Amino acid sequence: MSARAIRDRAAIVGIGQTAFSKSLGRSEYDMALEAIVAACDDAGISPRDLDGTVRYDMETTDEENLLAALGNPCLRWFASSAWGGGGAASVIVLAATAIAAGMASTVLVYRSRARGKASVYGAGAHQGGRYWERLATALPGLNQWHVPHGLVSAFQEMAMIAMRHRIEYGTTDDQYAEVAVAFRRHAQRNPNAVMRAPMTIADHHASRMISDPLRLFDCCIETDGAVALLLTSAERARHLRQRPAYVRAGAMAAGGHHIRLSSFYDRDRADDGAPRVGRQLWAMAEIAPSDVDVAFFYDFFTPLVIMALEDYGFAPRGEGGPFVEGGGLAWPDGRLVANTNGGQLSEAFIHGFNNTVEAVRQIRGTSTSQVQDCELAFVAGGNTDPTGAVILRR
Amino acid sequence: MTLRDAILTRDVPLPQPTLDTAPFYEAARRGELRFQRCAACGRFRHYPRPTCPACLSRDHTWERVSGRGRVFTWTIVRGPTLPAFEPALPYNVVDVLLDESIHFVSQIIDCPPDEIRHDMPVEAIFVPASPEITLVKFRRL
Repeated sequence: MSARAIRDRAAIVGIGQTAFSKSLGRSEYDMALEAIVAACDDAGISPRDLDGTVRYDMETTDEENLLAALGNPCLRWFASSAWGGGGAASVIVLAATAIAAGMASTVLVYRSRARGKASVYGAGAHQGGRYWERLATALPGLNQWHVPHGLVSAFQEMAMIAMRHRIEYGTTDDQYAEVAVAFRRHAQRNPNAVMRAPMTIADHHASRMISDPLRLFDCCIETDGAVALLLTSAERARHLRQRPAYVRAGAMAAGGHHIRLSSFYDRDRADDGAPRVGRQLWAMAEIAPSDVDVAFFYDFFTPLVIMALEDYGFAPRGEGGPFVEGGGLAWPDGRLVANTNGGQLSEAFIHGFNNTVEAVRQIRGTSTSQVQDCELAFVAGGNTDPTGAVILRR
Repeated sequence: MTLRDAILTRDVPLPQPTLDTAPFYEAARRGELRFQRCAACGRFRHYPRPTCPACLSRDHTWERVSGRGRVFTWTIVRGPTLPAFEPALPYNVVDVLLDESIHFVSQIIDCPPDEIRHDMPVEAIFVPASPEITLVKFRRL
């Protein structure tokens, strides 16, 4: 890889989203199109001028659905990212790569999820739902090694990974609570956030244990909503409607996956996907973690944010817990202000894409918890999956 | 209801052996814990896979192991979970690091949740779940 590769070649020039809610009662297709048209409007680009798309492989609004709804734009680049939330920033890397290579000029990135209670249960259930509730009774895949023993969902797998981090480094409930409380404080300032009630460390500790050591308030919320982002070349971005969020650097790395727990510990943590992403990213960006003005971690579970601080080099290994103490991630005075939208713990769980939209707002200067003179934003996908991360700059 | 009863009486999702995994389940049905071991460099591996990740040799045996190991990490599932597992709530799931350096996800039978500890020594036991499938569980040593 050339050291600069995709550096500063593309920019995010449009963002769009639906309302976020525990129950919108709408299809994923419908929500996707609202967010996509909004992102195009934001950029001042017609949806008919899109020539590239990047989505998750599990996205239900595929290219065919998209073309039918948008009047058949002439796509010449369409890619997808596997591994769920691990790909939250990889989709931006893939879009920027296509633009840097000249394979597309206007690339749409989007995610729509009907995961709120009314979408998972009842009449709209076919729209979304949780994969583990649709498991077959005969398991030929890798899930044959854990589902028969009652390990059926991500939060349980993450609980075991989080427990190991406690065994090795003494990470505490109070440190978990610091993450949840900081992000809730941000959500309280964000009218789009789903969870806006005040939360204290005691409130966190009083929430029910669902899979030790994870309590309910350690987990991301389940919501309905969609998000879209539009990327184009850095040259063209300068002449569009919004202040561009340039993709300063981007990196991806395949590694362990939380569902494959029996092989997750086959490699040293320092050699796993997220730490390698970090090293690649800082090298391409030619900046250090301490240069970042605001960070967006894939906050599906509080202890994984603590691990992410270590994985990406913001804190030494084993010191992510102490890093978050005393409001370490809280706006405006934390050591590293993070997830200023409230994140997936308190704003919405759009598979990380809502965090990326908030990173763009920080670069534009329009966040409800705006970091002063924000020039560099870090955005990462899930750090216990094959994953990626990007640096956005003003 | 003990965990053992739950497994034998409820509609728990079970492994469907494949060409790659069938030898594991054939051994388990005989009460033996066997894993792939590289015939060239001697390294054990799990999950089953065609090549040794250390030396890339495809030659391997399914070698019987002691079944002894220690708790590497664990959780206590308190719900939600699949309906099939609800009668067993709260239940444990453990990652056992076997003496042969293999990680194996399973459960400790008949151990109260608050007694599970890191590094607790455990030993494999065999729990028939269907005519074809015997699940490998663990008990405290």
